[in-house]
Amino acid sequence: MIVIEAEGLCKNFGEVRALDGVSFKVKKGKVFGFLGPNGAGKTTTVRILTGIIKPDSGYAWVNGYDVVREKLKVKNSIGVLPEISNAYPDLTAWQNLMLISSLYGIKRREAEKRANELLKEFGIIERKDSKVRGFSKGMKQRLMLCMALISDPKIVFLDEPTSGLDVKSARMIREKILEMEREGKTVFLTSHNMDEVNMLCDEIAIINKGKIVVVDTPERIKQRVGGSVAVEVSFNKKVELDAKRFGDKYIIYTTDPYETICEIVEFARKNGLKIVSINTRTPTLEDAFLKLLEMEEVE
Amino acid sequence: MKCIAIAKKDIIMYYMKGPVVIFGILLPLFLFLAFWIGRDIPENFLMTGLIAMTVFFSSTSVSPVIAPWEGQMRTLERLIACPVSTTTIVFGDVLASLSFGIAISSVPILLCLALGIKIWFLFLIPAIFLSAFCFSCLGLLFSAYPTNLPSTIMMISSMVRFPLIFISGIFIPLEDLPFWGRAISFLSPLTYFTDIVRFSLGLKPFLPIYLDFLILSLFSLIFLGLVIKLQERALLKRL
Repeated sequence: MIVIEAEGLCKNFGEVRALDGVSFKVKKGKVFGFLGPNGAGKTTTVRILTGIIKPDSGYAWVNGYDVVREKLKVKNSIGVLPEISNAYPDLTAWQNLMLISSLYGIKRREAEKRANELLKEFGIIERKDSKVRGFSKGMKQRLMLCMALISDPKIVFLDEPTSGLDVKSARMIREKILEMEREGKTVFLTSHNMDEVNMLCDEIAIINKGKIVVVDTPERIKQRVGGSVAVEVSFNKKVELDAKRFGDKYIIYTTDPYETICEIVEFARKNGLKIVSINTRTPTLEDAFLKLLEMEEVE
Repeated sequence: MKCIAIAKKDIIMYYMKGPVVIFGILLPLFLFLAFWIGRDIPENFLMTGLIAMTVFFSSTSVSPVIAPWEGQMRTLERLIACPVSTTTIVFGDVLASLSFGIAISSVPILLCLALGIKIWFLFLIPAIFLSAFCFSCLGLLFSAYPTNLPSTIMMISSMVRFPLIFISGIFIPLEDLPFWGRAISFLSPLTYFTDIVRFSLGLKPFLPIYLDFLILSLFSLIFLGLVIKLQERALLKRL
């Protein structure tokens, strides 16, 4: 069953075309990753799907509701953790949760029960009566997630939920995402963290310059990269090589790893270099992501 | 219920601050003292001015900067991601603002009672409620300019609020104004509230009281309609 559907979404901000015919579908109970470089259109897509802004053209449905004509119904049926947002700093964690529950029309007793459960789960129950102003970034983000989940929504939009967080908070949020999936909730996740997306998502859409590059499972996306093997090599000196450089390592994508390794060894010999390390591995999601964006640029 | 939750949030976040409350009382008081000291003016005329200025300044003090503050603090997107319409947000902001205006107006009213001035509460109380509503909507209108800089909004607001004080019959009674001055004063909603307060404090009003109430209600409706329309656009531009 499809619970999120976008069809030909376009959005301009002045001269800038933020979205250019974005289309995809998300199945119920799945974690859907939405990847893209900065300014690719991720947040604009999330804002349209959550009824915050209107598209210039195209359609989108969430939970069966039209995001333009039935935006309050859409908002009522989802939980949102916007990327650029804060809890009210001069309200306590508890007051923030009660405010959001009132705006969702949740009865007081039910809201209090749910708020207590969430604050306990996210390890901030001891600070429930403290003003948010004194919270660390991780605590604020955990509170924001509590606010997104207070209405016990079936669909949750998380825009960069772990960005810039400490390890403990990030892990807590990732575990919650997996738990939500087990509970049958649908999670729409945007992230820059490839490991996170690889670990959590059933399906991924990659967006670049407002256009969808690919929608597929993480493993199938990895297979789409031209070379099926990445050769990772490190020399004792910095060299000029036609390959991607990450720190002291160079990565070469190839369909013939034996031939590539021979060429690397030959190159090292000719230039008087020593190979510090060399290994082969299948491309990561990050490799695939970069390769796909590169191919998109060339086209 | 939703607008009450927004109003409660506004009151805790923006109104229940020492400087806001003190400024709400001090600004009209200083203007009043500057007008009163060294002049022989009847007490009920003076208190009319103080009540009118207090309600006007307190109802328009914070409401213009709520939206820019929310944009700056990045709480706005969290708020509009909730299932609330712009109308609900506007009503919540107005409710908080008028509650503040009404609460602060109790200070000059208590002062009137202490001075032994007779007040016709039957007219004054509804007039305070209606005008606080009207001025709160006017305050929100100032924030229709989509900037997240509260200082810019305060500048716009001051440019409108201070001239209104001088053309609304607070310092110079309407009957003493030249024809053109009176014509300008009729453009200010504060004129009609001041007229009702004068009547409530035992002075002769310039217009029939029913007409003051009617025009004040009309201003309120126009301001409310404009605020809802303009905030719809301005809120999104603040994201």
